[in-house]
Amino acid sequence: MTELLARLFGRLPIGWLQLVHNPTRLAAALAGVAFANILILMQLGFLGALVGSIRLPYDQFNADILISSSDMNTLADSSPLPRQRMFEALAVPGVGRATPLYYGKIDWKQPDGSIRTLDAFGVDPQTRAFRTPAIDAMRDQIAISDLALIDRRTRNVPAAFFAAIDRGEIYQFEAKGRTLSVVGAFSIGGGFSADGYLVVSDQTFLKLFPQRAAGAPNHILVTLEPDARREDVIARLRQVLPAYDSIARTIDEAVAKDQAFQTTQRPIGIVFGFGIVIGVLVGMVIVYQVLATDVADHLREYATFKAIGYPQSFFLGIIFEEALILAILGFVPGLLIALLLYAAVAAATGLPLAMTVIRALAVLIGTIVMCTISGAIATRRLARADPAELF
Amino acid sequence: MAVTEERPDRLDPLRDRHTASEPPILARGLSHWFGEGEARKQVLYDIDLSVDRGSLTVLLGPSGSGKTTLLTLLGCLRNVQKGSVRLLGTELAGADERTLIRCRRRLGFIFQAHNLHDSLTALQNTLMGLGVHGPDVSGRHREAAIHMLGLVGLADRLDYLPSRLSGGQKQRVAVARALVGNPDVIFADEPTAALDRATGLQVVTLLKRLGRERGTSTLMVTHDNRILEMADRILSMDDGRIVDDQRVGPGDME
Repeated sequence: MTELLARLFGRLPIGWLQLVHNPTRLAAALAGVAFANILILMQLGFLGALVGSIRLPYDQFNADILISSSDMNTLADSSPLPRQRMFEALAVPGVGRATPLYYGKIDWKQPDGSIRTLDAFGVDPQTRAFRTPAIDAMRDQIAISDLALIDRRTRNVPAAFFAAIDRGEIYQFEAKGRTLSVVGAFSIGGGFSADGYLVVSDQTFLKLFPQRAAGAPNHILVTLEPDARREDVIARLRQVLPAYDSIARTIDEAVAKDQAFQTTQRPIGIVFGFGIVIGVLVGMVIVYQVLATDVADHLREYATFKAIGYPQSFFLGIIFEEALILAILGFVPGLLIALLLYAAVAAATGLPLAMTVIRALAVLIGTIVMCTISGAIATRRLARADPAELF
Repeated sequence: MAVTEERPDRLDPLRDRHTASEPPILARGLSHWFGEGEARKQVLYDIDLSVDRGSLTVLLGPSGSGKTTLLTLLGCLRNVQKGSVRLLGTELAGADERTLIRCRRRLGFIFQAHNLHDSLTALQNTLMGLGVHGPDVSGRHREAAIHMLGLVGLADRLDYLPSRLSGGQKQRVAVARALVGNPDVIFADEPTAALDRATGLQVVTLLKRLGRERGTSTLMVTHDNRILEMADRILSMDDGRIVDDQRVGPGDME
């Protein structure tokens, strides 16, 4: 390793030799960098899971455009809008089909008394509102009042329950004072605000939520005619629909709006972002402490090198060499442990938690930058290495 | 310690030597102060000094007499406040940091403390005396460092870390580091303090030989009487002034 680094740097790899000369300090430094990496990767993982879980329901809709209330922040956080907007949209050239989507939350009480929170969608069973094959195949069944389809990835529900559903058994449970009968299952997966999803007909939905009116859905799902250009239709819809109560967005725009709101305005997104900042700070402090101590321990040697004629850039090179080595060597165990934790958390929560190459590379580069900044701060101590004091 | 009797020109002349006709060290009207305001105190008074090429000059004097300050001024380790210092043909008064660094690369420093880097082996520490001249592309640095460690009797300790060397051995590595770059001038502060009598004599003998064969000048602070016997010149300082200047002639022990 020393030979390799010597060839790489064109000089003795003093930073490397200093680090390995004190294995205890090196181990502590690497543990610190790894810890900071784990912290950052986990927070990014959670943030990624939040972003991913927000997109999941949108991906199930059989729609190109979503018309929502103009105050829409998220799929759930959106005032009802007049169903009249659906008819106005249908009159716009390029719009092929439009159907209302009703949204609400219901609690599903388990036999053990625990509660599972479900995001419930009410749709017209005569219309293909979902592209999810399992839902689409069973929409005729939910046309019957009080029948429902349930998300088989709902958090903390025994697999035996869904096995029974798959065998054709009908499961009944109480919700909102009514008895719902589950006749089928589909697969989406819970997010941060609910454990899973429930799909019922619009009529069943309105019975579950009697305060809601048929004339005021939460969103309108719009599909385009085969030859229509999405941008053109969006522009026409925005001209037709009154801006004070409704807005048309592409599905991707709606997802982006939802994600932006939840990651920057909701406490959960801010907490994850804050966690990343804390991870960076922890890493910086640890690396700074290690490098600053290292500089302090070698002040006389550095002063000697100054006397010999080494320029300031030589010493900066040593510090940055150490910073780079700590960043890279600390990243590897940090990444491996984070991968294990991702798998454990994903298994325990059902959240879409997965490491991406881009995320890993971004954290590696960020770690190098973090360590370099720490090294730059630590180099201020080099000024104390005065060769005149050696005599 | 057995100083090997190889030809000194194997010490790898890495660059042109100072060949100017003027002395390697020439100080005129050199004064220096420490502190500021009312605490400002003069420590050197109007020093005039010329050091001959290839000579071993010893600086004597009680503590606080200004020897060390003079050494650091002549060795480019402090900025000249008043007067003139010409080192190897370069005026140090008013010189910028780059000029001072360039000058230092032509000097060798032997400190009272060895100041070896604890994570570098004897060979690597010695190589640091050469690395300042650029990367070791052809392996000549390594060859020269091994040779120099052999000259100070440490050929069998190349890969030893300082923690595995005795005090005397560490000091000899420091000597090797100072000399391996083939300096034009050597500044030494009690270089034999940590060495036994035989080793101390051999180090000074090596310095003398460098002076005789290569023209390397040595300016040394010491109270070691054995070295005084070998000095070409003895300067005595007191209260910031050179109060005695004896040219004692060669006392070579070789």
